[in-house]
Amino acid sequence: MSLSATDVAKVGVLARLALSPTEVEAMARQLSSIVGFVSQLEELDTTRIEPLAHPLDTRNVFRDDVPQTCLTTNQALQSAPRHDGECFLVPAVLGETGAA
Amino acid sequence: MPADASPFTTVIGLEVHVQLLTRTKLFCGCPTTFGAPANTQVCPVCLGLPGSLPVMNRRAFDLALRAALALDCTIAPFTKWDRKNYFYPDLPKGYQISQYDLPFSSDGSLEVVDPKGAFPPRRVGIIRVHLEEDAGKSMHDEAAGTADSRIDLNRAGTPLVEIVSQPDLRSPQEARAWLNELKLLLVYLGVSDCNMQEGSLRVDANVNLHVPRGDGSTAKTPIVEIKNMNSFRSVERALAYEAARQWEEWQRTGIEMGKAPKQTRGWDDAAGITRGQRHKEESSDYRYFPDPDLVPVTVAAEELAAIRAAMGEPPTRLRAALAEKWGIPAADAAVIVNQGRDVVAYYETVAGLVGEGKPAANWLQQDVLRTLNETGGTITDFPVGPAALADLIGRVGRGEFDTARGREIFAGLLTLGRAALPADVAAAVAALGITAVSDDELTDLVRGLLTANPKIVADVKGGKEQAAAGLIGQARKQNPNVNPGKVREVALTLIRAM
Ligand SMILES: [Zn+2]
Repeated sequence: MSLSATDVAKVGVLARLALSPTEVEAMARQLSSIVGFVSQLEELDTTRIEPLAHPLDTRNVFRDDVPQTCLTTNQALQSAPRHDGECFLVPAVLGETGAA
Repeated sequence: MPADASPFTTVIGLEVHVQLLTRTKLFCGCPTTFGAPANTQVCPVCLGLPGSLPVMNRRAFDLALRAALALDCTIAPFTKWDRKNYFYPDLPKGYQISQYDLPFSSDGSLEVVDPKGAFPPRRVGIIRVHLEEDAGKSMHDEAAGTADSRIDLNRAGTPLVEIVSQPDLRSPQEARAWLNELKLLLVYLGVSDCNMQEGSLRVDANVNLHVPRGDGSTAKTPIVEIKNMNSFRSVERALAYEAARQWEEWQRTGIEMGKAPKQTRGWDDAAGITRGQRHKEESSDYRYFPDPDLVPVTVAAEELAAIRAAMGEPPTRLRAALAEKWGIPAADAAVIVNQGRDVVAYYETVAGLVGEGKPAANWLQQDVLRTLNETGGTITDFPVGPAALADLIGRVGRGEFDTARGREIFAGLLTLGRAALPADVAAAVAALGITAVSDDELTDLVRGLLTANPKIVADVKGGKEQAAAGLIGQARKQNPNVNPGKVREVALTLIRAM
């Protein structure tokens, strides 16, 4: 199994990584070897195995709908690279939100 | 334009996000109170800080189940949550916790019936209902010309159900009516307040056109997803605009679905147009995978039964029950139920006091609801209480006042109520200077009129009962408080006795 430079460049864009052509080539080699290793699993017959949704057997973990104490705004903002005391500041975001 | 006259069929599917009525967020105990100062309802979980872990809100899951059951969905016995990965400043974790291949419910439907029959009853399929978290809010003040956007994460992690319909709607008008029905259902069942101004309900619409070709086959235009509609009226307008735009484009280019990528367009309410936006990332680009921080949920049959039992009555059943109980037409019951629980309660109080459903339904629709439409406000602070209205309806029914007089008294009640004065019928009657006319007074008055109008008497005796109508104007001139119906009745009785 090998990943092309195009595959790697696309994954790079989705991960917001600026990769130089040399890095793309190195990543393609390394990722191909990882994917190749994992693809050994394909040799197993899994036709009668249920897909694993979660490695733990635990189910139905809930909490009650009871408000807890929040952080203060200062605490929330303190690790942000930039803020104005009320909000996090980021480079301009224009147009619609990415939420879907 | 009637559907059969249109050269195309508009095909619409809706995607609705509804905020659940919980006190706290989906995966942490931060409150979901609307309008709190920025970044005061946040914690390590909803900020996506390293090492924090989400725990699912039981109430949110139950309300989501309630919504799915109300929409006749099949509930999956096993469900899990997945990470939908994308980068955006309002999404602190870098992924949204949502549901991908195993949503907790699917395959439902919701029917919408227009009380006036503006379109045929339409049953709209529901593809799926799933439970996910909301993102935060990013604000950019273009006028200020700053280079920064400000991020408020109070909303991040708020529980939402996403409801995806089949493309079963066939006109912008139907889409709006269906949304009203959906909102009514969710509000009646206490799932959400569906307040669009506060972002508790958001709608995206998918629309394209099916154009019949001469050979019996159908051409389909590329699907467009419309976003940024902030009211149901906007949804209707945006869809109408988009259908017209696609028809124009189709005639010009002839480009069919599949020949162009799916497009996202934003609705500009002020300009009344849709505008093209960036291309949507392909579903695979979100690199969904099961969230290892959340264990799956299984739903037992007993749990479902309990939720069903606690669900309350949906509007469809309430309409039928109201029509049956008070003997009113289905259309009347629909109008009343569509106004919400408080109007139903008001109506039932009035109808109960009057002891009859139909007059109460008429006054409610023609006078109370019309006034509310004109002046705004809600039934709970309506200046005329149910007792005063019932008293008025009773008196009109007994012939103490005719309907026109009744309307004047109703207006009088409104004036008193608005001035925060006691708004009862006696007070309104006194304020208007109306005095009830006793039977003796009325008989004397009519007797005088009969003496003065021998021709009318002769006509009535000759079989032309309608001639008695000529007395009414004269009677009102002498005493504006007389009831026209009674004048006629007394006149006929007296003439017959002559
Ligand atoms: Zn939180």
